[in-house]
Amino acid sequence: MQIGQLANATRQARLPDRATTEPLWVRILLTSMAMGFVGLFLLVPLAAVFSQALAKGIDAYFGALAHADALAAIRLTLLTAAIAVPLNLVFGIAASWAIAKFEFVGKSVLITLIDLPFAVSPVVSGVIYVILFGMQGYFGPWLSRHNVEIIFAVPGIILATVFVTFPFVARELIPLMQAQGTEEEEAAVSLGASGWQTFFRVTLPNIKWGLLYGVILCNARAMGEFGAVSVVSGHVRGVTNTMPLHVEILYNEYNFVGAFAVASLLACLALVTLALKSLAEWRFKQQLAEESVERGPSYEY
Amino acid sequence: MSIEVRNVTKHFGDFGALKNVSLEVRTGELVALLGPSGSGKTTLLRIIAGLEVPDPGEGLILLNGEDVTVRHAGSRQVGFVFQHYALFRHMTVFENVAFGLRVRPARQRPSKTEIRQRVMRLLKLVQLDWLADRYPGQLSGGQRQRVALARALAIEPKLLLLDEPFGALDARIREELRRWLRRLHDELHVTSVFVTHDQEEALEVADRVVIMNEGRIEQTGTPEEVFHHPASEFVIEFLGHVNIFHGRIEGDKAIFGPLEVEYSDSPTDVVLPARGLVRPYHFDLALEAGGKPGFRATILHINAAAPQVKIELLSDTGQSVHVELPHDRYHELGLAVSQTVFVTPREINVFVDNRAAAVPA
Repeated sequence: MQIGQLANATRQARLPDRATTEPLWVRILLTSMAMGFVGLFLLVPLAAVFSQALAKGIDAYFGALAHADALAAIRLTLLTAAIAVPLNLVFGIAASWAIAKFEFVGKSVLITLIDLPFAVSPVVSGVIYVILFGMQGYFGPWLSRHNVEIIFAVPGIILATVFVTFPFVARELIPLMQAQGTEEEEAAVSLGASGWQTFFRVTLPNIKWGLLYGVILCNARAMGEFGAVSVVSGHVRGVTNTMPLHVEILYNEYNFVGAFAVASLLACLALVTLALKSLAEWRFKQQLAEESVERGPSYEY
Repeated sequence: MSIEVRNVTKHFGDFGALKNVSLEVRTGELVALLGPSGSGKTTLLRIIAGLEVPDPGEGLILLNGEDVTVRHAGSRQVGFVFQHYALFRHMTVFENVAFGLRVRPARQRPSKTEIRQRVMRLLKLVQLDWLADRYPGQLSGGQRQRVALARALAIEPKLLLLDEPFGALDARIREELRRWLRRLHDELHVTSVFVTHDQEEALEVADRVVIMNEGRIEQTGTPEEVFHHPASEFVIEFLGHVNIFHGRIEGDKAIFGPLEVEYSDSPTDVVLPARGLVRPYHFDLALEAGGKPGFRATILHINAAAPQVKIELLSDTGQSVHVELPHDRYHELGLAVSQTVFVTPREINVFVDNRAAAVPA
């Protein structure tokens, strides 16, 4: 009798717990499945990259990185990102500013076009540039008469990268700016601020975390892009090879240490990106949460 | 600064927000734009501020007699207070108020110490100097609204425009703030226009009330004028509860079912449809018919827990009537539910085709 009551009491104490969670074995199973998946497909490859890169010792690793072709590839990748990211930063801010704060004809077309690079395969975007600027392309003969090289040269790589990374900044900013509305800008203008003052003192500080998030993603893609760049590059060693292309060439030549050494740099970039991204994301989410709490409906006519 | 709005029309797509509106505000006045949602009051305010441009055409905005219709909002010397405050969320309260001074071109910009003094003086004026280092997100609604006001005043505006300044606050703080705004206006004498949909707020605070409906101005006047001499049915309905009787004009009489009153203003001998509007507190109740115009009704419900006793009745002709009686009178009559009484209006507003005439009954 007493034992029965005790068991009853224990069951009652545990009831609310049971109502909201799954049995222990289900939890263990689900968690280990998820962890196993992440380990198998993300952590093991990452470890493999570093262990292969260091397979012949630290000297071989740095030797591979210091090779003239590897250095040229790193330089080209940095140059490409240094041009493509600021271009898309400016474009992204301009496009989302226009879309979020003004009404104009063709707005929905612009929104759709911004997404275009996400919709097509990167290889197709590369081929488009070859068709446009290649020797057999529409502008090719005119360009070669004026000694301008685009395809199989650095300008082509930059153009293809700009195209592929086009949506990242704008995609982040448009919903944020739309949520923020135009009242703060109107307040600034009515207080006598000029257009630039309004932008730098009011608009930009309000979007900085979303902007940083977009730039990080844009940069990661600009440095890591393979498909589009591969088509327009021509794979000229030390001249038109970016890091991802260089990794492929070395690997195809069975130079595993070299391939994985350069690949390890890209992997490090990915890790740094992830860290920065989660920081920016955290701040950005905080801001979005504040926004949705603070904002009432917009004014009525 | 005086304002003159002349024949302004404004469309948003197909929606006509303002239809040929004209309005004058004298220097130093405190004017309320009063109307329901969609009446065009906020649009009118934004056009005066330069945040919207009127439809091209004959519409003009004159500030101190000078045409500013197409002049940039920043150069109109107008302080604007937004309904949702629109404080700069990444700046402290101090920086928010200082903004208008800091963005001035170098030659007109006050020195750092001068900015500091002016901002602190304004924050003292709105009683928020102790919050100077906080961010807007850390303030209550009423505090944010006062920061917004201080920010607008910092540029020493010749004209202060407030869009639903207390719209997002709860009732008690609203009342407190609107009295405070009135005192502030009496101190500073800045010409001010504020938008509201709350008739109590408009009547209590403003020198003059502009009542708007569907993009047009229905009536302009002092609170007393619009309250006691409403110019249209819309105004009388918007300014408080009212009982509406449908009837007709016949000769020199207005007839609303059992209720007949003298109406000498009839244009012809023909019968015209008419409406009679009576405020709940313009009724008296009696136990016997006393020779005065009135009708019989049965008491349905009594609410004595209010400043005036609210009584709901059903007339013999089937119309529901709301009456408010002073407590003294209520006790004197000893009224109870389902009792039959006689209802007599002391004053009735008769409208024929929207033309108004107050008739003592």
